[in-house]
Amino acid sequence: MPNLTANLAGIKSPNPFWLASAPPTNSGYQIMKAFDAGWGGAVWKTLGIPVVNTSSRYGAVNYKDKRMMGFNNIELISDRPLSDNLREMEEVKKYFPDHAVIASLMVQSKKEWHQIVNDVQNAGADGIELNFGCPHGMCERGMGSAVGQEPEVIKTLVGWVMEVAKVPVIVKLTPNITDITQPALASQMGGADAISLINTIQSLVGVDLDNFVPYPVVDGKSTNGGYCGPAVKPIALNMVKNCAIHPEFKLPISGIGGIETWRDAMEHIMLGASNVQVCTAVMHYGFGIVREMISGFEEYMIEKGFETIDEMVGKALPNVKDWEDLNMKYEVKASINKDKCIGCDLCYIACEDGAHQAIRIPENSTNRIPEIIDENCVGCNLCSLVCPVENCITMVRTDDGSEHETWKDYQVKDKAPNTFDDERAGGRGHYVPKPSDALKK
Amino acid sequence: MAEYNQPSTLEEVEKNFEQIKPLMNSTEAYYESGRCLFCYDAPCVKACPTGIDIPLFIKQINTGNLNGSAKTIYKANYFGNTCGKVCPTEVLCEGACVFNEQGVKPIDIGRLQSFATTKAMDKDLSLSKAVEKNGKKIAVIGAGPAGISCACELSSMGYDVDIYEAKSAPSGLVLHGVAPYKITNEEALKEVEYLQRQFGFAIKYNSPVTTHEQLTDLEENYSAIFLGIGLGKTASLLIEGEGLTNCIGATEFIEQMKLNPLQTFIGKKVIIIGGGNTAMDAASECARLGADEVILAYRRSKAEKRAYEFEYDLAKSVGVKGMFNISPVAILGTEKVEGVRFTKTEVIDGRVVPVENSEFDISSDMVIRATGQSKMIELLEQIDGMDLDRKGRILVDPESFQCKNPKYFAGGDAVNGGAEVVNAAAEAKIAAIGIHNWIIGEETLGG
Repeated sequence: MPNLTANLAGIKSPNPFWLASAPPTNSGYQIMKAFDAGWGGAVWKTLGIPVVNTSSRYGAVNYKDKRMMGFNNIELISDRPLSDNLREMEEVKKYFPDHAVIASLMVQSKKEWHQIVNDVQNAGADGIELNFGCPHGMCERGMGSAVGQEPEVIKTLVGWVMEVAKVPVIVKLTPNITDITQPALASQMGGADAISLINTIQSLVGVDLDNFVPYPVVDGKSTNGGYCGPAVKPIALNMVKNCAIHPEFKLPISGIGGIETWRDAMEHIMLGASNVQVCTAVMHYGFGIVREMISGFEEYMIEKGFETIDEMVGKALPNVKDWEDLNMKYEVKASINKDKCIGCDLCYIACEDGAHQAIRIPENSTNRIPEIIDENCVGCNLCSLVCPVENCITMVRTDDGSEHETWKDYQVKDKAPNTFDDERAGGRGHYVPKPSDALKK
Repeated sequence: MAEYNQPSTLEEVEKNFEQIKPLMNSTEAYYESGRCLFCYDAPCVKACPTGIDIPLFIKQINTGNLNGSAKTIYKANYFGNTCGKVCPTEVLCEGACVFNEQGVKPIDIGRLQSFATTKAMDKDLSLSKAVEKNGKKIAVIGAGPAGISCACELSSMGYDVDIYEAKSAPSGLVLHGVAPYKITNEEALKEVEYLQRQFGFAIKYNSPVTTHEQLTDLEENYSAIFLGIGLGKTASLLIEGEGLTNCIGATEFIEQMKLNPLQTFIGKKVIIIGGGNTAMDAASECARLGADEVILAYRRSKAEKRAYEFEYDLAKSVGVKGMFNISPVAILGTEKVEGVRFTKTEVIDGRVVPVENSEFDISSDMVIRATGQSKMIELLEQIDGMDLDRKGRILVDPESFQCKNPKYFAGGDAVNGGAEVVNAAAEAKIAAIGIHNWIIGEETLGG
């Protein structure tokens, strides 16, 4: 059996699946239940001066019949007294000494930081996560993402924490920033041991069109919240990758954002995360989903011959390049398997109206099976993405693989267009119907 | 004219017995698995006698973890594919699906289960970790779902298991009794072959155990004996004319029909006596093999029949006609069946009572008695210290399925009186653990 043990900056856990700091980690009861269900670690719901929350706190984005593809919240940090949390933390560590219990913290003054860091260390926390990410409510009080958006402030605050920290310190980053590597590097400069990302993205999930108020509704009013759930994974993956490939950034990463299945978790790891944190999926399905993740990891690792998590961390990073380093000579064209086609013709209309008019439905066709017009196909993938039938439209490589030229090479060899009507424009020679043909159909 | 013609080739047989739960393709499996809500403490799991973690295996299909999915299924139920196809899912997992409460089609759990397990069998997915043999031998009597399940579980714990099977093929009633439109013989055998490759137990075919001497021999050579003996022949109606040609027991008819569909006699007008699931199966089978008219005759009311509603619907869908509150008085004919004399009945205080002077005859050239199977009393009487209930079922400890004679354990139809494959699989697995615990306990006492 593969070894699922994970190690983030010296914090060990039986597997890489941690609960993110959020409602599922509000109490020792929940965390013990989660560990019992198979979770490897948990980041405690952020501690600080306890808050008072609103009633009505969450909103969701459904996609067709699927609930909670996206999720947002306006809940703040822990509303429970610090001493209660510390007592429970100590108890959890007694029952689960080998599981990772991380204290998420958010306070203001240096004195408060010192005190709370010492408090959670005394309670047995295996690590500390600094919540510099919360994009609603707390930021208006000068905390959360208000800190995470200011690299200099991050550096200072991390410095304060490091003065008293005896356990590894993780800085949780907000994605509500243009360049995620700036706060990542600031965390490193401040002396942090690891970063975790992403926290939620500032969002409004929708509007009640009968009452003219966005969701979630608090007495007829609303405010922006933090967005998470499956919908945010692509944003999270990109930010994890950006930090992981930055040449000056050396800290380990805890990946967060849109993780519901083993595949989502593995993608974070492939792009440089040493472990992952999950919240929304647990809020939707409960702690039990971890069994799907564990099984998925085990089977995948057996199949691919991986024995440890570390072997897989960042495995996809060597294949992440800048656009200008991609091979311009690589060419694929769509191919339709006529035996599999069910005749929905979504590929036809997607290409016709949304891409390059490279699919036709033969005249007098009785079976609705479309055809690719090879000379028009630019290999964009769109038809294969909209096709509802598995392996019906495939993208087939048509170049012989002998040539490799990047945009960088194009510039050096003077093959890059540089005037408005340049002969070297990529679209020259592509078939484009006449505008008036549009009205003949 | 009947809906089905009498088949003259095996291809035509196959066509008439088209699978009612055909194998899903991967697109269908992907869409269907995506519908599952992943309920907490899911009702489908509770409704499954083997307690398969259904939401998990469905989610595993959806995330492309087919190996994990099959392992989830086989961990709970060794007859994963068979049960996916033959279980009365309408009254078990699928009947419990919360979508029913919403008027939405429940998840097609049975077919998803068969999808995952078929993929596993096709690639010979490894199910068991290599375990060290513990040097102990267990004998299993009967290679049906109970016997095989027990053997798998014991083998996975390190026991050497020998299964003694009277017939020349494994799988018991799955092969010999289940309606062919639920599972094909090839599929039934394929799963047992897969399990045998995975777990390595031995099956001794054509080896009926019938005598006291044979049993004594087994007792001496094996640490424990598991009885997966199922049931015997169809019970008699105890009326005149049962011995006439073309009057046959349902179990015997179905076995013959499954092994030799083209050589099995099917009457033009068949009367099936009984109101259980076997009666429904036999009726459907006759219709699909070309009988012009098939009548189901049951002595109680339609509402009281023991068959599941969907089984009756299935029979009706191929033209079977149900007649209720009638009871056979005699099978008519000189050499061959020529008809059945019935009396009308009514049910008074739960008891069936004939209505006076209400006898009538229905002509027929074939009668199938689907009135339940007898118990294997002759064999059970050979074993010392066995306890049977009034109906001849083996009495066992419900926690361990251990018989009164402590060296014997039992599960499946011989214990439950005749239930589903899934019940046999569930009971036998518990019995295997019971055997293991008992052996450990004996050793502790001995040492």
